[in-house]
Amino acid sequence: MSAVTPPLPRWADVFLLPIINLSIALIICGVIIFAIGENPWTALIVMLKGAFVFPGSLGYTLYYTTNFIFTGLAVAVAFHAMMFNIGGEGQAYVGGLGAGLVAVFLAPSLPLLIALPLAIMMAALFGAFWGLVPGYLQAKRGSHIVITTIMFNFIAASLMVWLLSGPLMAPGQMSSQTVRIAESAEMAKIASLLGYVGFKVASSPLNLSFVLAIIALFVFWVLIWKTKLGYEIRAVGQNPEAAHYAGINVSRIIIITLAISGGIAGLMSVNEILGVQHKVILNFTAGFGFTGIAVSLMGRNHPIGIFLASLLFGALYQGGAELDFEFRTITREVVLLIQGLIILFCGALVHMLNPPMARLLARLIKPKELDHV
Amino acid sequence: MTESLSGENQATGSPLALQLKSVSKSFGLVRANRDVDLSVEAGTIHGIIGENGAGKSTLMNILYGLHRADSGEMWIDGELTAIRSSADAIGHGIGMVHQHFMLVPNFSVIENVMLGSEGGSLLKEGRTATLKVLDDLGQNYGMTVDPEAIVSELSVGLQQRVEIIKALKGGARVLILDEPTGVLTPNEAQQLFEILKVLRDDGVTILLITHKLAEIMAITDAVSIMRNGEMVGHRKTRETNPQELAELMVGRQVLLNVDRGVANPAEPLLAVEDLSLTSSGGQELLKKMSFEVRAGEILGVAGVAGNGQSELLEILAGMQQATSGSIQVLGQTITAKDPKDPKSVRAMGVGHIPEDRHHHGLVLEFEAQENIVLGQHDGALAGQGKFLDNRAITAHCRTLMDTYDIRPTNPNLKAKNFSGGNQQKIVIAREMNANPKVLIVGQPTRGVDIGAIEFIHKQLIALRDAGCAILLVSVELDEIMGLSDRIMVMNAGKQVGILDREEANEQKLGLMMAGLSSDQAA
Amino acid sequence: MSEFALQLLYTFDGTIRLATPLILCAMAGIFSERSGVIDISLEGKLLTGAFVAAAVAHTTGSPWLGVGGAILASVCMSMIHGFACITHRGNQVVSGLAINILASGLTVTIGIALFRQGGQTPLLAKGERFGPTEWWLVDLFNHVPILGTIYRELISGHNMLVYLALFLVPVSAFILYKTRFGLRLRAVGEVPAAVDSAGVSVIWLRYRALILAGLLCGIAGAYLSTAQGAGFVREMSAGKGYIALAAVIFGKWRPVPALLACLLFGFLESASSRLEGVPLPLIGEVPTQLMLALPYIMTVLLLAGFIGKANPPKAIGEPYIK
Repeated sequence: MSAVTPPLPRWADVFLLPIINLSIALIICGVIIFAIGENPWTALIVMLKGAFVFPGSLGYTLYYTTNFIFTGLAVAVAFHAMMFNIGGEGQAYVGGLGAGLVAVFLAPSLPLLIALPLAIMMAALFGAFWGLVPGYLQAKRGSHIVITTIMFNFIAASLMVWLLSGPLMAPGQMSSQTVRIAESAEMAKIASLLGYVGFKVASSPLNLSFVLAIIALFVFWVLIWKTKLGYEIRAVGQNPEAAHYAGINVSRIIIITLAISGGIAGLMSVNEILGVQHKVILNFTAGFGFTGIAVSLMGRNHPIGIFLASLLFGALYQGGAELDFEFRTITREVVLLIQGLIILFCGALVHMLNPPMARLLARLIKPKELDHV
Repeated sequence: MTESLSGENQATGSPLALQLKSVSKSFGLVRANRDVDLSVEAGTIHGIIGENGAGKSTLMNILYGLHRADSGEMWIDGELTAIRSSADAIGHGIGMVHQHFMLVPNFSVIENVMLGSEGGSLLKEGRTATLKVLDDLGQNYGMTVDPEAIVSELSVGLQQRVEIIKALKGGARVLILDEPTGVLTPNEAQQLFEILKVLRDDGVTILLITHKLAEIMAITDAVSIMRNGEMVGHRKTRETNPQELAELMVGRQVLLNVDRGVANPAEPLLAVEDLSLTSSGGQELLKKMSFEVRAGEILGVAGVAGNGQSELLEILAGMQQATSGSIQVLGQTITAKDPKDPKSVRAMGVGHIPEDRHHHGLVLEFEAQENIVLGQHDGALAGQGKFLDNRAITAHCRTLMDTYDIRPTNPNLKAKNFSGGNQQKIVIAREMNANPKVLIVGQPTRGVDIGAIEFIHKQLIALRDAGCAILLVSVELDEIMGLSDRIMVMNAGKQVGILDREEANEQKLGLMMAGLSSDQAA
Repeated sequence: MSEFALQLLYTFDGTIRLATPLILCAMAGIFSERSGVIDISLEGKLLTGAFVAAAVAHTTGSPWLGVGGAILASVCMSMIHGFACITHRGNQVVSGLAINILASGLTVTIGIALFRQGGQTPLLAKGERFGPTEWWLVDLFNHVPILGTIYRELISGHNMLVYLALFLVPVSAFILYKTRFGLRLRAVGEVPAAVDSAGVSVIWLRYRALILAGLLCGIAGAYLSTAQGAGFVREMSAGKGYIALAAVIFGKWRPVPALLACLLFGFLESASSRLEGVPLPLIGEVPTQLMLALPYIMTVLLLAGFIGKANPPKAIGEPYIK
C-alpha cells in the first residue's frame, strides 16, 4: 500500500526518536504555558534547578526515578509478550499491602536480615498475584487484558480503602492508614548510609530501593535477552502461532509474564512503604503506575531506555513540584500534561513520526548502511 | 513472451466491456503486476488463470478500486476511466465477489445486502426495495435465500450467493469472482456455474479468477494467463487445451528431475489410525484417516488446498487435537483422549516443516540465529540450563548457514529481511539438523525460487535415504510426483486412496483429487 | 408510607442522578466501540467536558452555553483520539490513556490559570447551572398516596440533563438499529473490509462515531459540573468513565442493556452511601467498598465468561489496513 519505509537505524530508534518526541511534548507544553501568560523558559529553568541543583533535589529526583524504574519495567516486560498491562497502579498498591503486612505484623519479632527480604518478597508476591489473575483470565478465558487490568486497579483501590479504614487501620487514628512499620523492615536512607562513611549529603527520601531498582534493570536485561524464558516471552509476543509451533506453552508464558510484570510493579511499594512512608497509606501509588506506561513507551522496552526515561520523569516530577513554589499560575500538573503528550507522541502517534523520519534518514545517510537489508 | 491483445479485438470487432493497458503495481519491492494488458468482451465469461501469487488478485483489486495502480490505463465500455475506490467501481457497474467473503457474519442477509446502498438515511425506506431485488434475483437466476437468515448460520455456498447478490443488486454489468470455488463443494460449484451462465446470457460480463484448469475449460469463453505478475497469454477457450494453459501458467518445463533413486522402505515409523477431526461448528474436517509412513520413504499427500491437509499436518505435529483416532510415532501412541503438545511430539523425534513459514515456521522479528533454535531452544543446543548461550547459538547458526547455503550469512539479520527461499532454508536447516526420525513437511517450496527448490528437494531425498519417514504435503502435483514413493490423495477430509508412485499419473491423480476412488479413476 | 419504602425511594432517586453521567458515557462508548475503536478515553472526555462546562457557564452565565462548550472540547479530545488511532493507526489503548492523562493535566492547569482557585472553578450561581424541573401537576398528584410520592420524588424534580440522558438511550438505539448510519457503524466494527468493499469510507465512519462519542461525553461532563454539582473540582470524573466502559461491556455493547447496567451500577453507588454502617437483615453490614467495587468485579466475571458471555465487536482495537 504505502511506499516502503526503510528500517530505522537502531540509534535513531533508541535515541533520536524519543528526543524528538520529548521535544515536541515540551514545545506544546511551552506553548500552553505561554498562553497562560508565564514564561516557559523560566519554568523550564525552575524545573531543572528543582530537579538537580537545589540541595537534596537530586535525591528526590532519584527517589521518583526509583518508582518509575519499577513501574516502567513492569509495563515493559509485559510488552515483550505483547500484553498491555495497565494495571501497574493496582499491582503496586496490592504489593504495598504485602510489604505492609510483613513490616507491620511480622517484622517486629524478626531481625532485619529476615524481615526486610521477607517484606520485599511479599511486595513482589502480592503484586505478582494481582498481575497473575488478569494474565490467567486473558490466557485461559480470553478476557481482554487491558479491560481486566483496568478493573483490577479499581478493585485494588476499593480493597485497600476497606482494609485501611477497617481491619488494618491504626487504632486511635482518624486517617486511613496502618501503624508504623517495624524498623527491621525499613529500607535505609542513602543519605544516612553515606553519612556513616563520612559523606555529607542533604537528606532526601532516596533509599536503598534505588539500588534494588538498578538491580531490577539488570535482571530484566538478563531475563529478556539471556534466558530461555525471555526467549519464549519474546517469541510469544512476536508470533504466538510460531511459539505454539515451537512447543512453547503460550498460555503459560502469558500468565508467567503477567505475574513477573505484577511482581516488579509490586516492588515499587518497597520504595514507598518500606523506604519513605513507613506505613501503608491510601493512594501511595499516586499514578506512578500509569507513568510507567510513558516510561516504557519512551524507553523502548529496553533497560537503558527505561532508566533514562525514569530519570527524565523523576526530574519532571521533582522539578514540577518546584513550580508550585515559584509560580502562582502553573503547578506540578504541567508534568501530567507533558506525560500525556509523551504517551501520545511516543505511543499512539508513533506511526506518524516514524516513517517520515526513516525516509529522511535514509536519504541523508547514503544507502550504503542500509544496503544489506 | 507477452502477446498484445488489442489487435485481436479490433479484428473481431465485438464491444469491449473492459480494457486494461499496461497496468503496473508494486508492493514495496515486490512487483505484483507488470505492464498488464487485458481485454474483456462484453457478455462473456473471461477466465484469468495463474498460480498462487501470480498477481491475479492484485489485478482484480485494482479493477475494483481496492488498490490503486502505479501506472496504466483502464477503459470501461470504451471510455477511459479512473477508479480510485470501490465506490467508483460500483458506480461504473463493477461488482466483486471476494475470495474471503465481505460479509458481516452477525448481520442478516438483507442487512448485508443493503450495506452501502441503503436507499435513504432510514433503513425502512430501502428495505422494501431490497426485498424486491432479492426476490427478482431469486426468480431470474434461481438465487433464492432467506432475507432474514443470519449469515453466519448459512452454508458457505449460500454465503457466496449473498456475496453475488450484493455484487449484482445495483445492476452491475461486470462481475468479478475471485477463486469462487475454493470453498465450495463440487455440487455447490456446479450450481454456481449454472448461475454464471444465466448471468452471461443476460449480458453480464464475468471475470473468473481461478487456478483450476478444469473450471476454465468448463465455463469460460476466453482466458488470460498470468505468471509472475505478467500476462503471458490470451486465448479463446475453445482454441486452447489444458496442456497449453498449464505450460503457460507454470512457464517452466517440469524441473522436478530430482533423481529419486531407489527407496528402501523399512518398518513403519508413523502410523495413523481412524484419525478424525470435527470442527466446533460440526464440520467434518478429517474423516477416519488411516495410513503408515515407513522409514526410508516419502509418502506424498496430493489434493486441492483446503481438503484437510493442513489439519492433518497440525494434528501430526501436536498443534491441534484430533476428535478421535490414534497416531503411533516410533512405537509411542498418541490418542485423541491423550493428546501430546508440539514439544512432546518433537521430543519423540518428529520434525515439522510447517506449510506457512511466516505464521508458524519463523518469528520474523527474530534474528536468523534466534530462529535457528526455535523449538529446540530448550535443549542443550541453545545453552545449558535456563540460560541462552548466544555464542554457541551464533556458531551453530553459521554452520547451518554454510551447510544449507543460506544467504546472506549474517546470523544477526532478522528473518523478515531474508528472501522467501532463504527463509524456507532456515526452517528446513533447523528441522533437518535435529535428525528427525519422522519428518512432516508442508508446501516445502511455496514461494521459493527455482535454485532453492532443487536444493530443498535434494535434501528431502537425502534425509529419506538416511532412513527418515517423510510425510510430504504439497499442492504442487509435480512436486508430489517427483519426490514421493507412494502417493495418498485427499478430498474433503478423506483419503481417496494410496497409490504406488509407479501406478500414479497426473490424470489419475487429478480424478482422485476430484473425489473419485482409485478404481473409478482407473 | 413506611420508612423503609421511603428510603428505597430516595435510593432509586439517587440511582437516577448517579446513573445519568454513566448513561451518557456508556452511549458514547457504544458508538465508539461499535465502530471498532476502543474508548478508554471516556474518562478524559468526561473530565474535559465537566471543566469546560463549568468554566463557560460561569463566564457567560448560561448553563446551555456551558453544555455547548463542553461538547466542543470533548469532541476535540475525541478527534485527537481519532487522529492517532484512525488516521495514524496508533494503539487505541495508549491513545485513550494519553487523553485521560492530558485531561487531568489540562483541566487543572487551565483552571488555575483562569480562576486561581487551585484548579476548581468558582461555585456556580443558581442561574448558571441546571436546576430541578418541576413537572406538571405535582401538587395535584401529591395527595395521591404512594404514587404521588413516587411521582414527586422519582419522576419529577430532576434537571433537564437527566431527562435528556434518558431520552438519548432510545435515540441511540434508533440510530444504531434503524438508520443507514447505524447499519454501517455496526458493520464497520465487525468487518471493516465489507464496508470498504461496499464503497463506504471506513475512516469517515469511525470519525463520525468518535464525534458522537465526544458529544455525549461532553453532555455527561456538563451534567457533572453544572447539574449534579455546582462547579468543577479537580478529578471530578473520579473513574465514572471507566464504570461507564464497564457498563458498555456489561450491556454487551447494546444501548438498552447498557442503560440497565448503568442503573444497576448507579443503584449500587446510591445504596452504598445509604447503607454505610447500616446492618442489613440476614447479611449483616456490607462494606460499602465492596458495593462500589461490584461493577468492576462483575465486569471481570462477565468478560471471563463466568456469568454469561460478552462478544465484543470483532474488529475492535484493530486499525483498518486495506
